[in-house]
Amino acid sequence: MYPYIPNTKEDEQRMLEVIGVNSVEDLFSDIPEDVKLKRDLNLNSSMSELEVAKYMKKLAESNTTIDDLTCFLGAGAYDHYIPSIVGHITSRSEFYTSYTPYQAEISQGTLQYIFEYQTLICNLTGMDVSNASLYDGGTAIAEAAFMASNITRRNKIIISKTVNPEYRKVLNTYAHLQSIEVVEIEDKEGVTDLEELKKHVDAKTAAVIVQSPNFFGIIEDLEAIGEIAHSQKRTMFVTSVDPISLGILKSPGSLGADIVVGEGQPLGIPLSFGGPYLGFMATKKAHMRKLPGRIVGETIDVDGNRAFVLTLQAREQHIRREKATSNICSNQGINTLAAAVYLVTLGKKGLREVATQATQKAHYAFKQITKSGKYKPLFDKPFFKEFAVTSSIDADKINNKLLEEKILGGYSLEKEYPQYKNGILYAVTEKRTKEEIDTLSSILEGII
Amino acid sequence: MKVVKDLYYTEDHEWVKVEGGEAYIGIADYAQDQLGDIVYVELPEIDDEFEQGEAFSAVESVKAAADVYMPIDGKIIEINEELLDDPALLNEDPYENWLVKIEIADKSQLDDLMTSEEYEKFLDEEA
Repeated sequence: MYPYIPNTKEDEQRMLEVIGVNSVEDLFSDIPEDVKLKRDLNLNSSMSELEVAKYMKKLAESNTTIDDLTCFLGAGAYDHYIPSIVGHITSRSEFYTSYTPYQAEISQGTLQYIFEYQTLICNLTGMDVSNASLYDGGTAIAEAAFMASNITRRNKIIISKTVNPEYRKVLNTYAHLQSIEVVEIEDKEGVTDLEELKKHVDAKTAAVIVQSPNFFGIIEDLEAIGEIAHSQKRTMFVTSVDPISLGILKSPGSLGADIVVGEGQPLGIPLSFGGPYLGFMATKKAHMRKLPGRIVGETIDVDGNRAFVLTLQAREQHIRREKATSNICSNQGINTLAAAVYLVTLGKKGLREVATQATQKAHYAFKQITKSGKYKPLFDKPFFKEFAVTSSIDADKINNKLLEEKILGGYSLEKEYPQYKNGILYAVTEKRTKEEIDTLSSILEGII
Repeated sequence: MKVVKDLYYTEDHEWVKVEGGEAYIGIADYAQDQLGDIVYVELPEIDDEFEQGEAFSAVESVKAAADVYMPIDGKIIEINEELLDDPALLNEDPYENWLVKIEIADKSQLDDLMTSEEYEKFLDEEA
């Protein structure tokens, strides 16, 4: 195959004549001879389109995906069922961009789905306003911390160690660069240690951040934590939630949260190697002007037709940039659309069904795995769709055995929580069948 | 541009009305005129303390946003909540509609400010 460069030798010569040089090499005469490579680049020979397609297919086939495995791995990314309509709508060319609308008001369709997404997130979280999304659950937590720090003019953030360790890493990285102090509170039997939390909340605290269901799958006592946070005037209570859990759990808004964030991946977004995902963020009306990102509103045009507009955007992001606390001005457009389509497809009842099935199946799996006593519950607390067990067997050994049986095992807690040696966190979504769960528990029984 | 007598003024167009050990602070007519239609006022919280020159509020109009700076050291003892509901009051009467009331920390700092006569002259020079 010949490389696709359409200029002939004659074309080249004519161009050189116009600019007044003799050869292409003359164009590089400024570069000293001794730094020039003087040989061809060490690249593979070119391939035809057919060859490239074959090669890429072969590469793709060396992946093992959750289509080939039965997935019991969660820890922040979940194998929920994605209704086929989600893919059909997100791949429509009118919508197919991950980016923010330029000349926004012309993009009425984009504005409409952002408006609908924001409405859905507000309904789900029990808050007044939502932005048009952030990158992922981790950046959403960091942005919430900045927002709280900005509102309270304080720079101490308290976060529970039961929050996803990756989110805490993101927060620590961002906070470090903004001179924000991050205090991490140890867990006590799988939940935030409330006594420890009380000791650290003081007049310098901008926010208390917790996750519920937390990283271990356990439902935190949000009301009690909110009270501790609000024991200090103006300290904000930030909660990170699994949006699916809100199908059956009380909304964080009704439990006193000031800012609600979370990872939107469970809402119709494929696992796809860890991203792109979707960070959602909602808050109370009083803090609307400090919300990073943008808010879309519904109105009518000059002819009285229903229309959508970019209503509000933190002024710091444009006219007072030096005061900006966030550089978020784009959003995860296509994933926002996926989440909106997912939520309207399921509706209230459907979301409750997904949440109920996941919980019931997770509890069934927990019972099956722990019934013989070989695997013991790591914690004794109410959980949603994830639970941790421990045994005398090394977690990696267990996961390797499961992989041989085409099962993607749980998350080894020891990596981030050395105190929970051999602890494994299993996630069970509505997709798992009784047979799959029974197979998992019987294979686990057989491992010695 | 309207300048009210017996108030103190800053070069950033804030005014100060002293009442004993306390003072009302607002933005001058010139400031509201420059900003245009005001759509949002951000106010501090009661008990917040500010030093002279520190931004304590932000005023946003349809075309710009501006910080409002504390003319003298003080502690916020009252905020004008009416402005939160109706920011346009600042356009209607910027002298009647104060932003905050403070407890003055150091009265001698008032000497740093302009009298209404000096401010009028300052405005003439600005123009």
